[in-house]
Amino acid sequence: MAVLDWEVIQQYLPLYQEAAWLTVRLGVAGIIFAILIGLICAIVQYFKVPALRQIAAVYIEISRNTPLLVQLFFIFYGLPKIGIPTNATVCGIAGLAFLGGSYMAEAFRSGLEAIPAIQTESALSLGLSRAQTMRYVILPQAASISVPPFIANVIFLLKETSVFSAISLMDLMFTAKDLIGLYYKTTECLFLLVVFYLLILLPISILGSLLERRLRHAGFGA
Amino acid sequence: MAVKILAETLLSIRHIAKRFGDNTVLDDLSLDVHKGEVIVVVGPSGCGKSTLLRCINALEPIQAGEILLDGEPIKPDGKNITELRQKVGMVFQSYDLFPHLSVLDNIVLAPRKVQKRAKAEAEAEALTLLERVGLKDKAASYPRELSGGQKQRVAIVRALCMHPEMLLFDEVTAALDPEMVREVLDVILKLATQGRTMLIVTHEMQFARAIADRVIFLDGGNILENTPPEIFFTNPQTERARQFLNMFEFAAVKHHAPAED
Ligand SMILES: Nc1ncnc2c1ncn2[C@@H]1O[C@H](COP(=O)(O)OP(=O)(O)OP(=O)(O)O)[C@@H](O)[C@H]1O
Ligand SMILES: [Mg+2]
Repeated sequence: MAVLDWEVIQQYLPLYQEAAWLTVRLGVAGIIFAILIGLICAIVQYFKVPALRQIAAVYIEISRNTPLLVQLFFIFYGLPKIGIPTNATVCGIAGLAFLGGSYMAEAFRSGLEAIPAIQTESALSLGLSRAQTMRYVILPQAASISVPPFIANVIFLLKETSVFSAISLMDLMFTAKDLIGLYYKTTECLFLLVVFYLLILLPISILGSLLERRLRHAGFGA
Repeated sequence: MAVKILAETLLSIRHIAKRFGDNTVLDDLSLDVHKGEVIVVVGPSGCGKSTLLRCINALEPIQAGEILLDGEPIKPDGKNITELRQKVGMVFQSYDLFPHLSVLDNIVLAPRKVQKRAKAEAEAEALTLLERVGLKDKAASYPRELSGGQKQRVAIVRALCMHPEMLLFDEVTAALDPEMVREVLDVILKLATQGRTMLIVTHEMQFARAIADRVIFLDGGNILENTPPEIFFTNPQTERARQFLNMFEFAAVKHHAPAED
């Protein structure tokens, strides 16, 4: 007795491919904005820029302490109420960026703060400008420290895209739920769901550990 | 050591005050350093020796007075601060090499990016300098692959490669194992014979005595003694300096006494 009906699977495959592609597109777009927001927040906090630094801190707390689903509803149903038109795709990306920004900020900040002050001081004492010190001395070291939490965030955010189905984005989760509701092929649908998430996330995970191993091998540290 | 004919003033510290909040660390302190002069700064822990060097390199702002290098004021936010910093090389107690760069790249980073020198030329000079401190074969190594003494010699070379007019050393041997202290001090002694202008903070009293043209004794936020080493070490003028030196002799005796267990 076959557990899985391969004919059904073949039939659903194109729908899942479509959905996976949407998940990846929205995920990547959201993560790119999350990286930008994270960089800005981390730099503003590292340099203790007045006002902006407090704004970043408030944003990070809100972002980290509310569920993505709530953030999405807020953007999806809230923004049109105050006269800002929006659509599901934009909402999905914005929601992911809003959530991810704070996580990326913390990843970058932990990297920056791990670099001892003496590194900055010896760079400055050699005559490097603040910008050169950042570029040639601090950022390369901070980046390698930020890699593991960064990869973890990417995986976390891609997984979080599964709540996009709540605002009717036809991502993997939506497709699976939809098909189950229509045809009751629960086993095949869930099987495909797991396989597709793994197909997206496993390569990133493996790449991440390879990168981490390389970095550990390079073994910074005075 | 022969008395040097004092050349023109290179660094002039005039009535500076340095406070951290309510804590006044340097109080109306003045000091002139002439070209070619080697000044050793000593004093009890926490008296402000590091702070003084950091002020000279504008790593710390001062609250009063001024510091002039070649007649130009040094200020952290001054627009020519990077030019002035290039003229003052500084070596810290430890951990100041850049761990993500090889020894050679550590040395040529500032010459290339700040002074815009050609790669080949900067690297050639770096290798020559490395050879002089016995580390030419370490050019491709990373700081983590070096001993403490080797790291400090690289840090000195890195400062030298910028052609500074003056060098600041802040207890550069304090974090080293005893057997490595010598190799670093030898490098600094050699620099003194080349006529380098140096301001050296150290707890190595033998070394201070050998290298200094003048010894500055810092305590309570000010300079209490400013004398040639022969006088400072044999006949200090203040009670505080006498106590300070006594403490060192005691420590030295203890250090050389056989272990009791
Ligand atoms: N960044 C800072 N913030 C607040 N106080 C500081 C700071 N740096 C130094 N101090 C204070 O300034 C005083 C002088 O410190 P400094 O490091 O210059 O002493 P030092 O003479 O170099 O001592 P040591 O021989 O232990 O190195 C100390 O009381 C110290 O607590
Ligand atoms: Mg000190």
